[in-house]
Amino acid sequence: MRLYEYEAKQMLAKHGVALPKRTLARTAEEAEVGARELGGATVLKSQVLSGGRMKAGGVLFADTPDEARAAAARILALAINGQQPAGVLVEERRDIAQEYYVAVTWDARAKRPVIVFSDMGGIDIEEVAQTHPAHVSRTHFSNLRPLSDYVAKLAVARTGVTGNDLAPLTRIVLNLARIFVQYDLTLAEINPLAKLADGSFIALDSHMDMEEEARGGQRALLGELGIADADTRQARPPTPFEVEGARVDAADTRGVAGRVVEFDGNMGLVIGAGGGSLTLFDAVRSAGGRPANYCEIGGNPSVAKAAALTKLVLSKPGVERIAVMMNVVSNTRADIMARGVIKGCIDAGRDPARTIAIFRIPGSWEKEGAKILARYGVEYVNRSVSMHEAAQRAVAKMG
Amino acid sequence: MAMFIRVDFDASLQGDADLKRRLVEVCPVDIFALDGDTLTTVDANLDECTLCDLCIDAAGERVRVVKLYE
Amino acid sequence: MAILIDEQSRFIIQGITGREAVTMTRELLNYGSQVVGGVTPGRKGRDVHGVPVEDTVRAFTEHMHVHGAIVAVPPAFTADAVLEAIEAGIKLIVIVTERVPRRQVAQFVEYAQQEGARIIGPNCLGIISPGKAKMGGIGGAADATHRAFTPGHIGVMSRSGGMTVEIANALTEAGLGQSTAVSIGGDAIIGSTYAELMPLFDADPDTHGIAIYSEPGGPMEAQLADYMRESGSRLPVVAFMAGRFMDAMPGVRFGHAGTIVEGRADTTAEKIARMEAAGIAVADRIEQIPVLLKQRLQA
Repeated sequence: MRLYEYEAKQMLAKHGVALPKRTLARTAEEAEVGARELGGATVLKSQVLSGGRMKAGGVLFADTPDEARAAAARILALAINGQQPAGVLVEERRDIAQEYYVAVTWDARAKRPVIVFSDMGGIDIEEVAQTHPAHVSRTHFSNLRPLSDYVAKLAVARTGVTGNDLAPLTRIVLNLARIFVQYDLTLAEINPLAKLADGSFIALDSHMDMEEEARGGQRALLGELGIADADTRQARPPTPFEVEGARVDAADTRGVAGRVVEFDGNMGLVIGAGGGSLTLFDAVRSAGGRPANYCEIGGNPSVAKAAALTKLVLSKPGVERIAVMMNVVSNTRADIMARGVIKGCIDAGRDPARTIAIFRIPGSWEKEGAKILARYGVEYVNRSVSMHEAAQRAVAKMG
Repeated sequence: MAMFIRVDFDASLQGDADLKRRLVEVCPVDIFALDGDTLTTVDANLDECTLCDLCIDAAGERVRVVKLYE
Repeated sequence: MAILIDEQSRFIIQGITGREAVTMTRELLNYGSQVVGGVTPGRKGRDVHGVPVEDTVRAFTEHMHVHGAIVAVPPAFTADAVLEAIEAGIKLIVIVTERVPRRQVAQFVEYAQQEGARIIGPNCLGIISPGKAKMGGIGGAADATHRAFTPGHIGVMSRSGGMTVEIANALTEAGLGQSTAVSIGGDAIIGSTYAELMPLFDADPDTHGIAIYSEPGGPMEAQLADYMRESGSRLPVVAFMAGRFMDAMPGVRFGHAGTIVEGRADTTAEKIARMEAAGIAVADRIEQIPVLLKQRLQA
């Protein structure tokens, strides 16, 4: 779950990291008032859950409150990667002597958190990592031992930073690492971390992601930031179809009908589970099919849940047929799935025989499943037909 | 309306309070219910039957699970 | 031979009285696994399909050698169950639970490393050495398991539980049995990655080749490619790559930090290039896996 820049900065402020003076504006008028209160030149930044704001025109500069108002109006009207801004962050503009980069994230290979630090921060940091590797340090720390100052010092000193800058940078890096640990973040980044003309350091921009699974344990922080349970923080807002998919999943605890995503094709998919869905979606596309949706149904769902998902997929305009496919199943039952998708078709007023292009769920209770499908005239294929062959057959039946 | 499963039971079951209670208990998908003292089946749950046979283990041939698709 | 488990392996199930664990216990016993006990606090003295239940792991480890533990408790209790098993001296722990917070996983994995214990999972279906034993829900009921998995010489590793079974089944259909199949788990941080299990397969004379399921995200395939280049592994490896469509998905972009940590992006295209450069054959379809393996086994 990604946090907005203004929320990430609230967390930094709370943990003693210096920041530019700033105010969050929801309207152009508020931005003008904010700029006047800050006094002097300002920078206005679109609050979206997306990178590339600068290139998209979501970051503008203003010298006067009037200019700030005009810039905010433009930013608030600008969608970035399909997202409307949640507001404009109005900040005082500071003179920067040098830019640094610091991030704390997980290294899945080492299975530990890693601090990434560079004395060459800014938007080209990925390129710096390639071209100036000595200026980017990677420093892991233990999950079990208490986080000690020397770890942060090592991260900074490894890039050659010494003298008066070492201690203040160490403190900021340590604070960021503690925030990462304390709030179950998957990424805590400050970029740029700026050294000002007077030698002090402030965080100019920050990006933080919290682990989805940790939301329950981080209620206090989320409450402080004003983030509601219903705020899913997706990169783009979910469509009504996707919202309904989430409702179908939540309505019944038996099994999973997760990650329902909408596309604009004519072939509905009732596919599962995680790896099986990825494989089958690829298979449909490589056979020239045009999927209407992605989904992951599995974990031994109830008949009601499979029926509700089927009905939802069929409710999408332009869906001609559905393909019901899974890998060889262990705990999900072919017969329960057969009952569910047939019931879903009939509930949607469709003939199962003409609506279900193919049913490929080999594994547990497959014989019983085949009997049900035969009774309703639906084509059933067993494990001798591969996932890719099944997808090809389904695509061939489309108009 | 159930499309796939029907559950029949002998009327004589109504006289066995212990067995009625056991049927309600054992079914993992709540097909059996007691309406006062009367044993009934719950229409909305019939199609969720997992064919686990726990009701048949409890009541023997006095309960029959009928597959409507056969 | 096989890796990790065989017919001699004795293990316990933590959380044995849970709904899914009761079914799993019956399936494991039917398959021939030696399930010697179960742990559910407060249920001491009961049994599940004849398997005795105790309150603690130590109640078993104090009077017998226990080779492994399956952890099948809810996410909030998983870390505690794993720590209890490690502390009791158990050296192989299979965690089937999903949605365990990442920090807790990283903590017990680090503790396991210190104590010389191996963790498989979390969020996995477990391990099977076909015809010998299985540990976890992999394959489901015993007859379905026998149908998909047959004894033989291919090692299988998969980040997807379901695809572990699909791949084993495709191998079986093509006449290639399996030495051991491991569902390694779908989470970002797991106890044992492909590269960490490879030395075990390399040391098993009955394993002649490896089949792998891989998908977008994370450094595991790159780590495997490094292992293949650096170790001089004797085993031919064939990988299937799923989720290729995700490379073209708008809005899916990994942050700076993730890319810098690994040096390159973790798209399927990048992974395929890295694996092929390390001599790993990459299949477009599941049914190509046995074909590519047979070619390499004959070479």
